[in-house]
Amino acid sequence: MSGPGKSLELRGLSKHFSIEGVDVFALDGLEMTVSPGEFVSLIGPSGCGKSTLFNIIAGLEEASEGEVALGGDVLLERLGASAYMPQHGALLAWRRVIDNVTLPLRLRGQSKTSARRVAQPLLERFGLGAFANAWPWQLSGGMRHRVAFLRTVIAEPTLVLLDEPFGALDGITRADLQEWLSDVWASVDATVLLVTHDISEAVYLSDRIFVMTPRPGSIAAIIDVDLARPRRAADRESNAFGVLERRLRHELRAAVWIDGDHECEVCGNRHRIVPPSEGHAASSPTGPI
Amino acid sequence: MTSRARSTSNPDATFGPDTQFTPSVVEGTFHRPGRMRRALLPPLSVIATLFVLWQVAVTLFHLNTTILPGPRLIVASTWDDRANLWPAIITTSEESVLGLLLALVTGVISAVVIDASRVIRRSVYPVIIASQTLPIIALAPLVVIYFGFGLGPKILLVGLFSFFPITVGMVQGLGSADVEAMNLLRTMRATKWQLLLRVRLPGALPQLFTGLKISVTYAFSAAIVAEYVGATQGLGVYINAASQAAPRRTDLVFGATLVAALATVVLFLVVGFVERLAMPWRSPEET
Repeated sequence: MSGPGKSLELRGLSKHFSIEGVDVFALDGLEMTVSPGEFVSLIGPSGCGKSTLFNIIAGLEEASEGEVALGGDVLLERLGASAYMPQHGALLAWRRVIDNVTLPLRLRGQSKTSARRVAQPLLERFGLGAFANAWPWQLSGGMRHRVAFLRTVIAEPTLVLLDEPFGALDGITRADLQEWLSDVWASVDATVLLVTHDISEAVYLSDRIFVMTPRPGSIAAIIDVDLARPRRAADRESNAFGVLERRLRHELRAAVWIDGDHECEVCGNRHRIVPPSEGHAASSPTGPI
Repeated sequence: MTSRARSTSNPDATFGPDTQFTPSVVEGTFHRPGRMRRALLPPLSVIATLFVLWQVAVTLFHLNTTILPGPRLIVASTWDDRANLWPAIITTSEESVLGLLLALVTGVISAVVIDASRVIRRSVYPVIIASQTLPIIALAPLVVIYFGFGLGPKILLVGLFSFFPITVGMVQGLGSADVEAMNLLRTMRATKWQLLLRVRLPGALPQLFTGLKISVTYAFSAAIVAEYVGATQGLGVYINAASQAAPRRTDLVFGATLVAALATVVLFLVVGFVERLAMPWRSPEET
């Protein structure tokens, strides 16, 4: 269903822009390497430049400095190189479910009939078969996100960008969809980059998690999620899962703190917090985390 | 936590169709006829009450029928004169509908051009908005001077009246395109043309129809005013003739006016019907 994933390298990405005369320094020399087929999450405080980063990778914005390489090649024309799923799904109200799904194929010039023929079995597999001819307003929020996800992967992308895809959903639906995505993920070979605010979501879905600093954004820490796949909902209750969640929460707090001696809100110990760009993990807190 | 309990007990639940919301698919779609009736009943009873009060007042005070005829007389005389009235209705309707179509075509094209070009949006669009300060009715004699007494000048005047609401509605509709959807299609390498056809135009339809409905309410007035100024046929001519007849046919003036109002209602309903055909995707709440 998706092309073989390609590696993604972000080399020294910086972004400055100004909004109504106010200069914004959004990204500061961000470095990141994602292996082919890896599922990676980006997590960070609000306004840390995650969306800017995504827009740059997707080709919607240009970086002030640095480059994006996919499969080892620097991308000059990034539009079309990745498949992007926006925050609210962005289903077109005037297209039936199946025609929303086939949109990427149709834009490439594939005929309506042949695109529908590709989509129909996928709709069945994604549990959407019965709704192929429904209008988007007839779907629940969770179903709409499934449709948007199927639209994202139908054109066999090598890189998938998910921008807080479940952020607008209620907790129960969100957990359902995370489990659904984790299952579906097994049949997707693409490299996936997920932006999220949700600690549990990041741990549940990712191979690795990149923690970002506040604006200007850069990578504060990288956490390997060494939980076996396939993951099940029950895994969320496991000890290893809890440890990873606590560690991630700790890194997030640490990424926000400035230089100096500070009582850690997570582990309760006093330890030196290094400048976020050096990474909190390297500062080896004195207590257990 | 309920979700975890559900999916552990039934691993397929996360894949299966979300049956819990299917009722919403069925719900809603069948409301409309009943809703329409409920919505129409109160205003119709107000109108009926007004007509009854009017008739009672006229009968009670024995008013001179050349000053204020009662509804009963108006309906009776209008019906008796239907042979003369009918061609007038046809002519004026023709002018109104063709004028609206003229405004629709020019308005939509103008809106697309205004939306596509920053220069035009900044230079021409403000002029179009400012042009609304011109009393278009006052232009009617000019239009007759330039284009004569035929169908053309009436269509043109209706078009002038209708152009503005349609254009402004369409420009706003095109401008309010969903940014997320636009960005999404850009990442799919959509061309400007594809963005217009697949996102902006369909997204602008609701506002276009709002503008068109406003225009419909102007159309018959504009056509009648154009006929006052110079015409050989139409409701404007009919009303003029009735008001200048000896003895004065005030009843027919009222009759023709009410007929024009009815024709506007019919046209409005037709546009509403076309609107539903053009946008089958909308939920009942939106229509």
